[in-house]
Amino acid sequence: MDSRRAPRTVSDPKVRKVGFFTAPPDRSLSGPPDHRIFSFLTSPPPVVDNSSPSAGNSLSPVMIPPPRHSSANLSPLRRDSAEYFPPSASPTSFSDDVAAAAMGRGAVAASSSLPGGLGFDIAALKSAASSVPASGLTTVSVVNNFPIGISEKGGGVAVEMQNDQSTRSKSLKEKTTKAERRALQEAQRAAKAAAKAEGGTTPAAASGAAASVTMKSTKSVKPPPSLKNDSATVAASEKKGGDRPTEKDRKKEVPQPRMQYDDKSRVEKAKRRAVVKQTEARNRVELFRHLPQYERGTQLPELESKLFELDPMHPAVYKVGLQYLSGDICGGNARCIAMLQAFQEAIKDYSTPPEKTLARDLTAKIGSYVSFLIECRPLSISMGNAIRFLKNRIAKLPLSLSEMEAKTNLHSDIDRFINEKIILADKVIVKHAVTKISDGDVLLTYGSSSAVEMVLLHAHELGKQFRVVVVDSRPKLEGQLLLRRLVGKGINCTYTHINAISYIMHEVTRVFLGASSVLSNGTVYSRVGTACVAMVAHSFHVPVLVCCEAYKFHERVQLDSICSNELGDPDVISKVRGREDINFLDGSSNSAILQLLNLIYDATPSDYVSMIITDYGMVPPTSVPVIVREYRREHLWI
Amino acid sequence: MVVYGHAQPTTPWSPATGSLRPRLQSAVIPDDSTDTTVATVVGKPFSVIDEFNSWRKQPELAEAVAAIRALAAVIRNCEATTMMELEIELKKASDSLKSGDTTSISLTAGCDLFMRYVTRTSALEYEDFDSAKSRLIERAEKFGEISCKARRIIAMLSQDFIFDGCTILVHGFSRVVFEVLKTAAQSKKLFRVFCTEGRPDRSGLRLSNELAKLDVPVKLLIDSAVAYTMDEVDMVFVGADGVVESGGIINMMGTFQIALVAHSMNKPVYVAAESYKFARLYPLDQKDMVPALCPIDFGVPIPSKVEVETSARDYTPPQYLTLLFTDLGVLTPSVVSDELIQLYL
Repeated sequence: MDSRRAPRTVSDPKVRKVGFFTAPPDRSLSGPPDHRIFSFLTSPPPVVDNSSPSAGNSLSPVMIPPPRHSSANLSPLRRDSAEYFPPSASPTSFSDDVAAAAMGRGAVAASSSLPGGLGFDIAALKSAASSVPASGLTTVSVVNNFPIGISEKGGGVAVEMQNDQSTRSKSLKEKTTKAERRALQEAQRAAKAAAKAEGGTTPAAASGAAASVTMKSTKSVKPPPSLKNDSATVAASEKKGGDRPTEKDRKKEVPQPRMQYDDKSRVEKAKRRAVVKQTEARNRVELFRHLPQYERGTQLPELESKLFELDPMHPAVYKVGLQYLSGDICGGNARCIAMLQAFQEAIKDYSTPPEKTLARDLTAKIGSYVSFLIECRPLSISMGNAIRFLKNRIAKLPLSLSEMEAKTNLHSDIDRFINEKIILADKVIVKHAVTKISDGDVLLTYGSSSAVEMVLLHAHELGKQFRVVVVDSRPKLEGQLLLRRLVGKGINCTYTHINAISYIMHEVTRVFLGASSVLSNGTVYSRVGTACVAMVAHSFHVPVLVCCEAYKFHERVQLDSICSNELGDPDVISKVRGREDINFLDGSSNSAILQLLNLIYDATPSDYVSMIITDYGMVPPTSVPVIVREYRREHLWI
Repeated sequence: MVVYGHAQPTTPWSPATGSLRPRLQSAVIPDDSTDTTVATVVGKPFSVIDEFNSWRKQPELAEAVAAIRALAAVIRNCEATTMMELEIELKKASDSLKSGDTTSISLTAGCDLFMRYVTRTSALEYEDFDSAKSRLIERAEKFGEISCKARRIIAMLSQDFIFDGCTILVHGFSRVVFEVLKTAAQSKKLFRVFCTEGRPDRSGLRLSNELAKLDVPVKLLIDSAVAYTMDEVDMVFVGADGVVESGGIINMMGTFQIALVAHSMNKPVYVAAESYKFARLYPLDQKDMVPALCPIDFGVPIPSKVEVETSARDYTPPQYLTLLFTDLGVLTPSVVSDELIQLYL
């Protein structure tokens, strides 16, 4: 019956179409099909929008002019044309172009030498290469003499490249020489592509794939899967451009394979560009080799001393990064708010360099900050979503705004995001959740979740009679903080460790859990140990209620806790604070046959969750993709 | 089942304009078979409750559908001049209908859904109030019609699931399920029905009578014999008082039991429910609902110290239900939340 529902536009499975191809000429997201709009949510570079002729028609592939083969004389201009047309013209999905990826490596280097923000700035083009500040304008000079139209297109790619590169301060000279070589390679590939009469698909694929590969490897350090999904995918797919809407777009929807840390060459490349020098842990569990793990406790003093030296890094961002590194700030909401407030400071102090557009340059800068934060600690999914939102807002700034206005706009946007998506969302969650608490209940909670804490405190204020069981686990022992706060308010509490969960569960009437994120198949991604609690509760027929703000929802799907996770410091496991006599594992970090594993997150299957309480109300876990689908379209983060 | 009495408001229920009109004793009762326009006798204020009662006089009409039709009439007869006023009037009418029977989930859900459906239109942005109002009336009529036809649609959809020689277990008297069985019988399908007694209201007996009239082989069971006969049963058909957000249903006491037995013996449980019964409730367990009590007559006097469980309804979680037959189509339980989110948010 179609009576109640407006006929849905037949849309492909939600494909995140980002990048050039969708570029409707105006920036106001007027791409025809609904799902195109989605691409703009994830594609920062406004360049795409403004790119005129060649990228104007979202669906027509732009023919790549057959590049000249005069290798040595290849001017940057030429290289750029070869480099940038493809991405804008023909999006290809990264995932199906392994060959292209391999090919693309060279091209990528070329494009990496062509920095992001360069795009428009013709004047900048004229500036000497070496005068480019380290924050990513390194390749401006390379783009000299580039026609605006092309550079616009390039801009998008460039922006993303810049993201990756911003933390790197390679001298321009290096890149130019390499760039020329790359240019040659790229030209040859482009020629091949043109020969294939695919209208530049292959070069696009090459450059796109290359770009994404480069992006991955050059992205300073470990983009966590969540970030991968957001900026990585954004960047990579942007490079692909969007020439072939239908199947290619469909394929682009497939999230980028995340950087796997067992790939030595990429790890090496990433390390070279890292700001925070981390040494890899030596004794690593085989199963988790694809996740980054570094020796802890070594970087902090060194980084603190460098506080005033790191030029491209804003001190507020630097401070937040160090706080992450040391573990001072933890918890999805806290980290996200801290990061956004640091970005607010950075934006306030930001001034557009001459002959650059605010949007692209600022996006590049934000990208560089994000890379730094990733080096300190892999991003949480909430942070990833917030970054996507911010980049989207920057991209949507109307060009006519002055810099002051744009900055105040962004400032208020960030304020609004924090207020609506986090603070008010928490209030709504609390309002819904207290209806499920009745007198005489015994509520169990695990770890320390800000949302659950608010629910319990509010229910207590309303005068409901209940008691709380706080379950805790090593090594973080976060439950103790929650316990202290609850007892301080006069709530009757019981405290136990997770090994007693099956003992205590028979007295419990409801279980309240927090979440770092809820994935599309209803899986709850949360602190390690949550899955245990949920499963035991399920077997005792105790309802499990997960409190999670909607901005933490993510469209990816995860079936187990292994493919994407975060590894903590393994030494913390072998030591018990305050019990020096438990030192049986001292010196074991060098043992070849013993590996210590400290996982931070785990995935709870949706069968064990009875209901998810979000700011959109109480929904069953199967409705998470519905919310993601309906509200992404209406700008979930806006 | 609480019967909604013919309640005369004690004070003249005047439209939003606030004018006080003398109340006449006789209300003009509209034709049952024709449209719903209430020809208001001069001076008689339009009363949504009267309208509702007049609609309820039709025996086959569900309570919620009567409420929907009454609310549609409210829009038609309202004298508000702005959209805000209209919405306020509608809300007032809806609240007064709901207060008549607080335990009926389908009534509450139907009213809420009507409000959301009707007001969720871009017509509200039209500058011309009259055109907006006519658009609202159009939507309201459509919603009313769909709700009326819901049973027939459900009956048609479920025909594919009833095959020759099957045995169907039904519980309680649901008019939707009855329509399903009637349609199947009329299309000359061969099947037999096991009917539970359905204490305390003995609705199963009524159903078995009706089915016998249709020449459908019926076997009557006491409620406790369900597990005993579950082996011979091919499918279970139940109606619903309300379908909740998790995809579970609230229905007559005993449904959960039957669903549990059927699930453990791998028999499919089909629920036939109209889409206006989708409610924004989310019970976590049996006690998490508004209680609806129904006195039970044991035939012998019970000593006062003995407590009696008089709840009339129970909640069946979605994992025990196989499919929902609704006028929106044949759905799995998880679609309910999908529909509600789309409508409400």
